[in-house]
Amino acid sequence: MRPILLKGHERPLTQLKYNKEGDLLFTTARDKVVNVYYSHNGERLGTYVGHQGALWDVEVDPTSTILITGAADNSIKLWEVRTGRCIHTWDFPTAVKVVKLNEDANMLLAVTEERMGNLGTLYVFPFVIDTSAKHAEEPIIKIVSPDSKFTKAGWSYLNKYIIAGHADGSVSQYDGKTGEFLKNVAVHDKEITDLQFAPDRTYFITASKDKTARILDTKNLKIMKTYVADAPLNTAAITPKKDYVILGGGQEARDVTTTGSRQGKFEARFYHKIFEDEIGRLKGHFGPLNHIAVHPDGTGFASGGEDGYVRLHHFDKSYFDFLYDVERIRPE
Amino acid sequence: MPALIDEPSVLDTIIVVDGAPIVSDKKVDALSKVLKKLFSEAGRIREDNFHMPLTAEGKTKGYVFIGFETPEQAERAIRGLNNKRLDAKHTLLVNRFTDIERYGEEADEEEEYQEPAEEEYHEQEYLREWLKEPNCADQFVLYRNETVAVCWNRRSEKPDTILSRDKWTETYVAWSPLGSYLCSVHRQGVQLWAGEGYERKQRFTHPGVQLIDFSPCENYVVTWSPEPIQMIPDDSPFRALFPFTPADEGKQIVVWNVKTGLPVRTFSATPVGAEQGPAATGPAGPGPKKISWPAFKWTSDGKYLARCVPGQQIFVYETPSLGLVDKKSIKIDGVVDFEWAPAKIAPSGGAGGKKGEHVLSFWTPEMNNQSARVTLMTVPSKEVIRTRNLFNVADCRLHWQSKGDYLCVKVVRFTKTKKSTFTNLEFFRLREKNIPIEVVELKDTVVNFAWEPAGDRLVTISTSDAPVVPGSSIAGAAAGAAAGGLGKPAAGGPGGPGPLKTFVSFYGLERVKGVNGQFRQIASEERKSANSIFWSPKGRFVVVASVGGTSNNTGEVDFWDFDYEGERKETVAGAEDVSANLVQMATGQHYQLTDVAWDPTGRYVATSASTWGRALETGYMIWDLKGSLVREEHLERFKQFLWRPRPPTLLSKEQMREVRKNLREYSRVFEQEDLAEESQASKELIAQRVRLLEEWRAWRRAVVSELEAERGGVLPLELRDSEKEDEVIEEIVEEVVEEKEEVMEG
Repeated sequence: MRPILLKGHERPLTQLKYNKEGDLLFTTARDKVVNVYYSHNGERLGTYVGHQGALWDVEVDPTSTILITGAADNSIKLWEVRTGRCIHTWDFPTAVKVVKLNEDANMLLAVTEERMGNLGTLYVFPFVIDTSAKHAEEPIIKIVSPDSKFTKAGWSYLNKYIIAGHADGSVSQYDGKTGEFLKNVAVHDKEITDLQFAPDRTYFITASKDKTARILDTKNLKIMKTYVADAPLNTAAITPKKDYVILGGGQEARDVTTTGSRQGKFEARFYHKIFEDEIGRLKGHFGPLNHIAVHPDGTGFASGGEDGYVRLHHFDKSYFDFLYDVERIRPE
Repeated sequence: MPALIDEPSVLDTIIVVDGAPIVSDKKVDALSKVLKKLFSEAGRIREDNFHMPLTAEGKTKGYVFIGFETPEQAERAIRGLNNKRLDAKHTLLVNRFTDIERYGEEADEEEEYQEPAEEEYHEQEYLREWLKEPNCADQFVLYRNETVAVCWNRRSEKPDTILSRDKWTETYVAWSPLGSYLCSVHRQGVQLWAGEGYERKQRFTHPGVQLIDFSPCENYVVTWSPEPIQMIPDDSPFRALFPFTPADEGKQIVVWNVKTGLPVRTFSATPVGAEQGPAATGPAGPGPKKISWPAFKWTSDGKYLARCVPGQQIFVYETPSLGLVDKKSIKIDGVVDFEWAPAKIAPSGGAGGKKGEHVLSFWTPEMNNQSARVTLMTVPSKEVIRTRNLFNVADCRLHWQSKGDYLCVKVVRFTKTKKSTFTNLEFFRLREKNIPIEVVELKDTVVNFAWEPAGDRLVTISTSDAPVVPGSSIAGAAAGAAAGGLGKPAAGGPGGPGPLKTFVSFYGLERVKGVNGQFRQIASEERKSANSIFWSPKGRFVVVASVGGTSNNTGEVDFWDFDYEGERKETVAGAEDVSANLVQMATGQHYQLTDVAWDPTGRYVATSASTWGRALETGYMIWDLKGSLVREEHLERFKQFLWRPRPPTLLSKEQMREVRKNLREYSRVFEQEDLAEESQASKELIAQRVRLLEEWRAWRRAVVSELEAERGGVLPLELRDSEKEDEVIEEIVEEVVEEKEEVMEG
């Protein structure tokens, strides 16, 4: 599994996103630029230039027509994927940390940072996949964060719920139609750093600085699985096809200079999703891993690090062949 | 007189001295002179207020009334001179006059003697329950974060936690030397825990206690606190729990009886007289503020304990009274350090056995035109049985072999220019007639030294570029490990001054036709930063490691076997007659390890990296004696890993020989047991996984069917198939498997 090293950014990576078919990979970093690559060979297709601050999140609609980015210049921008033209900008009082589309790509969720007296806020805008359409300026839902700010958020199946992770490690569930608060569950001891859904959005995985990742049932927020790592986690992803999860993280970015890469634990860790056992590690980055995205077909994954590199992996046959004896005896 | 007694405040100035010698009229004057002089030290005796009642014959009655000028002076006399030993037969008892009056009256009110109620007999818990574990597994204590847990070692499996308590201790925990008690150290004192449920068995109130040390038989505990003992007021509600008397005030070291939980005797941090005398002249003399621990060194049977005033004398006390042996210390000018022989030794050398005496070894540096000298002295008879004069000595260390068969004095000597040092090893053979001495001269400076337990082989670590006066911290490492990790855990361990070029050397005693020859070097290897030696408690195997929490410590751990059973390696010239076949079995690595400890049976080695040693990646590893990693666990804020010591075996020599003879049989049984255990464990694991798998699948089926019903067959955009279908490319590859030509006959 020799990775392809993508050196398209000058600053730490923040987010990676495959499009629905998995042929394109969008990457954002703190260097104000979005890159897009062919995922099979790592060739760069182009960049989206226009933001004035670090980029925090990137999203692409299922038809790969419009790209959505949230940035520290307090704006969300919509881009035409094909041309790189900026087609719309929403401005906010503070930085935009999260942009997420629902499964029908008709609603867009955004989370803004809590700063300078402005509370962290979750907005929902109507969305249409049309590069010439006029986008509504006003949100249809606006949720001001409770005591602990939102760090991550996403849509459930059938747009039923909005799930949000908090800085205190808890997870909240809101009604997806009205924005009404439904419940809050304490899940982690420290900040939730990532929240990624399974393909059908019926369960999701959270990563936290408390060195654990957990799988929760979207409907009732019940903790289904717990994965214990030995370093603070920045990201966790669920792999389709195989029952694995991939966790990434490492020593806190600010402590990296004081530790060798040996102690940094800058590895992508593979755990068995059902048995919660660690089954493998992949070295390579020399800074903490900030984000991991898995190919929608489960044939590979990409990791972006604090070191400014993206490592693009395609799984080998052995990855697909690996089965626990128990799984082999009792195939589904 | 009667006029004086009217005033109550005057009564407070009068003391009653009892226990004085009874002498005839001729000596009355002499006695009163002596007593007057003695009590004048406490304060001024008022005119005509020294009253010694006499019998009709003019003999003294053994008591004296003394009036001081102020009540404070009387108080001082009571505190300073009560229990004063005048001579062998007479001990003075000093009391307030008013007290005698008061208690005397109260005593009169007591009607009749009453038989004290007999206390009910309580069954004492058996403290060695843990030795009955069928697999002979060992226990260890894990201290991490604020939690102390006692666990069974289950080899590669997760340790079985027997008991885990939050905030069990405030600073650290320690085992007693035979493993009966676990000590926890608190602000208020020390507590001992034992038995199956680890219930509290004893507590010793000693405010601010920091260091603890057990006697070898676990009968006594010595504690040290930097805070001098302060009496609490009599009316305080805690007074009843406070075990000290005014006489203990200002003392810092307490010797406790483990069984009763009461202090036996208290001592000042520095022995009496140490301050007045000249400062220690020896080059290794400790600084004035530094406390050396253990404060007392015990003989192996716990009969005697001793401490040394550097430069002056050695105090030897005996149990159970904790009085000085012969009521006086051993004065030795210039004495720097001493060690007890670990076993009794017959005065003429040769086989000691039970008849022998304890032997005290000590050394004195060069002073007053006298050469440096190592002396062996018997205790209690205080006979010098051997001395050895040494020259150009910078420092000495006394290393006893665990059975007392040999004493190796590691002498650091100056070269002629006095600019650098080298080391002599002087071997005393205690079991041979007249205690012959053999010298091994080395070019390098030996920084660490360790005898094989009960053996005649040893390992040294030496360096050619050590500082002129070697840091004393380096040499203490092995000794500390041997002591079972008692006392305050070494913070940072013996942190060397950086990577030195060091050599690890192996020595053995040659035997020619059953006669002991000389100590010969078997091998010498260069090792970058090795600084500590850890022998297996059963001998034969030794671990040489680089210990310390510094960031440049890569933590190499070398495992050596002195009696490798495979092919015999070629020996170094000169060492042909040494019984050894030295092989390095493995090298492990434990980054920034701070401690290494063999389990008491010598089967496993635990290396640990503690937050106390400033290690970044804390946790422990367990290795087997061959050096293969058995288990590794990283734990946040991990502090201590301590094997529970075991008492010595009860098997006789014959029984042990029998076991060794039938080892093959035993090991077959054990292997079968291990296999059965493993298959049992894996069965359980499989069952667990099957359960997890079934649970997950059941949940998924429920969720998916519910979702499908809700969707009503309409898939969201992101899950709909793309317009562009995946193209299926069929490729037909033809491969010739085999070609064969056959001629058909026809």
